[in-house]
Amino acid sequence: MTTLPASTEKKLGLVIDLDTCVGCHACVVSCKGWNTENYGAPLSDQDPYGADPSGTFLNRVHSYEVQPTEGPAQLIHFPKSCLHCDDAPCVTVCPTGASYKRVEDGIVLVNETDCIGCGLCAWACPYGAREMDQAAGVMKKCTLCVDRIYNENLPEEDRQPACVRTCPAGARHFGDLGDPDSDVSQLVAERGGMDLMPEQGTSPVNKYLPPRPKDTWEEVDILAPLLEPVAPEADGLLGWLDRTLGKVGGK
Amino acid sequence: MHPAPSIIVFTVLSGLGFGLLTFLGLGIPTVFGGVAFGYFTVAYLLAVIGLASSAFHLGNPQRALKAFTQWRSSWLSREACLSVATLLVMGIYGAGLVFFNTKLSTLGLLGSLLSVATVFATSMIYGQLKTVPRWNSWTTPALFVTLSLAGGALLAGQIVFTLAFLVLAGLLQIVAWILGDGRFELAGSTQQTATGLGSIGTVRHFESPHTGTNYLLREMVHQVGRKHAQTLRAISLGLMVILPVVLLWLGVNYVTVGLAAISHIAGALASRWLFFAEAEHVVGLYYGKR
Repeated sequence: MTTLPASTEKKLGLVIDLDTCVGCHACVVSCKGWNTENYGAPLSDQDPYGADPSGTFLNRVHSYEVQPTEGPAQLIHFPKSCLHCDDAPCVTVCPTGASYKRVEDGIVLVNETDCIGCGLCAWACPYGAREMDQAAGVMKKCTLCVDRIYNENLPEEDRQPACVRTCPAGARHFGDLGDPDSDVSQLVAERGGMDLMPEQGTSPVNKYLPPRPKDTWEEVDILAPLLEPVAPEADGLLGWLDRTLGKVGGK
Repeated sequence: MHPAPSIIVFTVLSGLGFGLLTFLGLGIPTVFGGVAFGYFTVAYLLAVIGLASSAFHLGNPQRALKAFTQWRSSWLSREACLSVATLLVMGIYGAGLVFFNTKLSTLGLLGSLLSVATVFATSMIYGQLKTVPRWNSWTTPALFVTLSLAGGALLAGQIVFTLAFLVLAGLLQIVAWILGDGRFELAGSTQQTATGLGSIGTVRHFESPHTGTNYLLREMVHQVGRKHAQTLRAISLGLMVILPVVLLWLGVNYVTVGLAAISHIAGALASRWLFFAEAEHVVGLYYGKR
């Protein structure tokens, strides 16, 4: 049954640092690579080298310009993938039971052999985390690299989601957000981690760390008093030109 | 939202079919033999064509039987179960009328209730979605069920019921449009809440994650046709409610009832097209679009 578990033993998820993300899209590429070559239907592309390319991605990086009331605008890169919500609306709408939230670790997954490709779960997700693969006709979503994190054939340092492993800026963190003492929970507490669209009532597990406050933007110029204009009114030839051109131009 | 023709046809035709079954189940009109066969054939064709049309929307229709399993949590699954239950119950009831001149009233009443429940479940597939504030309102089930009953009454030739439900559907449609226009703002999702960056300042989408389009934009950020929304609303209301009411007012014969039915169906299709085309999904906020 695609009912949600009352609680999960762990809440595995990501913490994404919007202060640190440099918008390189390496996580997008590594995600597409790993999830095309491993679990489930590959992430297909349509017309990839043609005039109208599009494809399935489980992780996409937006960039936003945020204009404070004072000072210059800030550019914030914003990676977005499944937030593995506690109250995941995508799971309960599924008519076949293909979508489910795991009791043991809270990961939201799609059983592709049960998915009929109706697309309702993608409609139910406020975050755009689910994309229907146009070649396979099944719904694709972030698996939190479930085939990496428990994979004992991989070296221990690789047992984390591909996006986290690859991030060159250290902007992505993976861990158990249900354990208040875990590194990720400590990070969220310390930096004021936030939920996306809290008004949708989805209780996302993934948290976003807001950009740290910027340095103040004050104009300090110690030479300015010494550089006051010495000749406010022009005289001599320039003065004559100024007055004459002013008369000709009517100013 | 993308107004997929298969879904528009599905919701309108199956609504009409189940609307007609509602009245047949109540014995309005009570018909037997060949006449009953005609009525039931029309109702089943509409319902089944509608349901088959919905299968065209699936990525893997060969696994559609699995959609009958999750009725405890999913409105889409409930709709599948209820529609098949209705068709089975009404099949037995119809067979009694057609072949045995016997009216199994209790079974008919059950079939009627199941028909209304099916249309309600269809409406709740959309009405349940908090992500589409325009749909996430009591007006969605109210309008779907009333339209189904109006169309069903019209096909059943029940003029008094038709007029009553048409007028009610017209009023509900106007209320749904007026309330619907304010639902997105009322739901409170903005680009600031979507990104969580509102505490810093005004958020503007600077760069898209990709140069082309994607599934999300094609499916949920459909903007074509919204600029003609007001015109289409007038056309839809005119064809769906006003013209049929006027035609039936002028006189009740095969010509006026037939024209009223054609006009009503055309208007209902236009209304359902708008239902999708005008609906805005909150995911558009991530793309700086509505």
